[in-house]
Amino acid sequence: MTVVDERRPTPGAPPADPAIQKNATERKRRKRRALFRRDRTLLLMVLPALVLTALFAYVPIVGNAIAFQDYSPYVGMFENPWVGFANFERVLADEAFWSAVRNTLTITAFQLVFFFPVPIMMAILLQGLLSPRIRSLFQSIVYLPHFLSWVIVISIFQQILGGAGLLNQFLRDNGIEAVNLMTQPDTFLILVTSQALWKDAGWGIIVFLAALSAIDPSLYEAAAMDGAGRRKRMWHITLPALRPIIILLLILRLGDSLTVGFEQLLLQRDAVGAGAAEVLDTFVYYSGIQNGDWSYAAAAGLIKGVISVLLVLGANKLAHLFGEAGVYQKS
Amino acid sequence: MSITTRPIDSSHPRTSKVVRPAWEEPRAPLEAGARAIVLFVMAALIVVPLYIVVLTSFSSQATITAAGGMVIVPGELTFSAYEQILSGGVVTRAVMVSVGITAVGTLISLVVSVMAAYGLSRPGSFAHRPILFFLLITMFFGAGMIPSYLLVSNLGLINSYWSLILPSCISVFNIFLMRGFFMGIDQSILDSARIDGAGDWRILSKMVLPMSKSVITVIGLFYGVGYWNAFFNATLYINDSEKLPLQVILRSYVLQGVSVPGQVAVGSGEVATLAVQMAVVIIALVPVLIVYPFLQKHISSGVMIGAVKG
Repeated sequence: MTVVDERRPTPGAPPADPAIQKNATERKRRKRRALFRRDRTLLLMVLPALVLTALFAYVPIVGNAIAFQDYSPYVGMFENPWVGFANFERVLADEAFWSAVRNTLTITAFQLVFFFPVPIMMAILLQGLLSPRIRSLFQSIVYLPHFLSWVIVISIFQQILGGAGLLNQFLRDNGIEAVNLMTQPDTFLILVTSQALWKDAGWGIIVFLAALSAIDPSLYEAAAMDGAGRRKRMWHITLPALRPIIILLLILRLGDSLTVGFEQLLLQRDAVGAGAAEVLDTFVYYSGIQNGDWSYAAAAGLIKGVISVLLVLGANKLAHLFGEAGVYQKS
Repeated sequence: MSITTRPIDSSHPRTSKVVRPAWEEPRAPLEAGARAIVLFVMAALIVVPLYIVVLTSFSSQATITAAGGMVIVPGELTFSAYEQILSGGVVTRAVMVSVGITAVGTLISLVVSVMAAYGLSRPGSFAHRPILFFLLITMFFGAGMIPSYLLVSNLGLINSYWSLILPSCISVFNIFLMRGFFMGIDQSILDSARIDGAGDWRILSKMVLPMSKSVITVIGLFYGVGYWNAFFNATLYINDSEKLPLQVILRSYVLQGVSVPGQVAVGSGEVATLAVQMAVVIIALVPVLIVYPFLQKHISSGVMIGAVKG
């Protein structure tokens, strides 16, 4: 996406007589002014969104400067002493930071294997269901949890799997020792993944259903005529049709590797402990907001932010290499 | 594209028997059975926990004690948990806060987004591409939690309800979604209105908006659900316990085990703590359930498909 600057003369254009050139720039300027006058209502309409974006998205980018300072909230922003990369050195030497990185990447990898394929399988299963009424009922049910907040989802899990939850009621009734799965670091990986599945796997099938319904049914018919069985048709028609969207989503997820459900983790970090449940975002939260080590936390956040951008760019490059459209394209 | 994703097809009521194309071989009963069981289990995994939470919130102290906690089989039913938390006190206030923020926030978000989407819907207008670029970049690079917090703090918005609305007010994604919809409207109609002397405000309010009801409803609902469900921004920006929204209260009562104020007097055991906790869950959940059918209706209309695809 390149920004076209209309004022710049085209390179390679023959050098013009200065008088004519001056005339031309003058004409262009006048044209721009006329354009501005014509579109000023449109610009006025965009203005509130621009102001909000500038204030809440761009100003904080500049605010990352405190990562290079020894920031204290009691001194003005630019009066804090500059310390260069000292905060970054501290972050990179911190075992807790690397533990958070490891946890983040472990959760991402685990969910790539155990979450990512589930919506695809659900969509294919559902596609084979011929009764539209049952299908729509199923969709209504599985989309719903996506719209519940993380606080609600985890509260519900707590009541089922927690120390006083349903599972333990059952275990105790049968004389088996109770386990509180909501505070177990060992099984935490499975817990967060099942919560993510419960909340969002159903919602995830939408894109795949759309891709499936875009398949021309005559392809299936022709394949069946030529003697391809159900399994063959799945392999040679259904899966190739899903390929672009699978690759796109996979790459998006890879680009987002350093982000795992922040609210979900934050809500459970205290119960499970930092050893298993500290991820990069919660690390930034605890070291900055809770402990008041502002510059340190900002440095950790900035490391995450920059690597994330690189990952998105890299993932997009990868998409192009695969011959897919990618997330964005140069125009 | 809405063939499979249409939720409830009202145009063919009840006649929708299983239609198998002539060329497709009949399904082996075993396979069909397995398929049905898998889907049924998935749906049950979602429905059953919700059912248990609802049931427990309506159960009396005696029923809960007998069940040893969460209630699966309905026993004695009572509204007392709801009566207790809605008769004033912390939860009632939190509900009011959440309702207020959701209403005001959604309104502001929608107005700002609709205007921006319309203002950007005409390629070739003044500074069109730079503005798009300016907005799009924010989808790829987030500034980070600490600078955002310090900004809100420096603006003096800590403990202000505005801190829960303004920073998350617009979603560039939603604006682009709406913009795409506006651009799909037949421009020649709008042009003729323009020739007849209608200004942009008039065209937007009298022509574009009536034609875009579905997309505006969906995006409004998305903003609304977002405001209602928001939890983290309040833990960041609100310290005053009087101003906390419902999700934060829910967290402290159910997840952090803080006792529900107003419960103190009820040591008599009339209302079970567990029932009260579950009632808070349900109150936090009900507004979403109410708007959900409307959302569902539009998920099919292609709006959502485009949204998810990006």
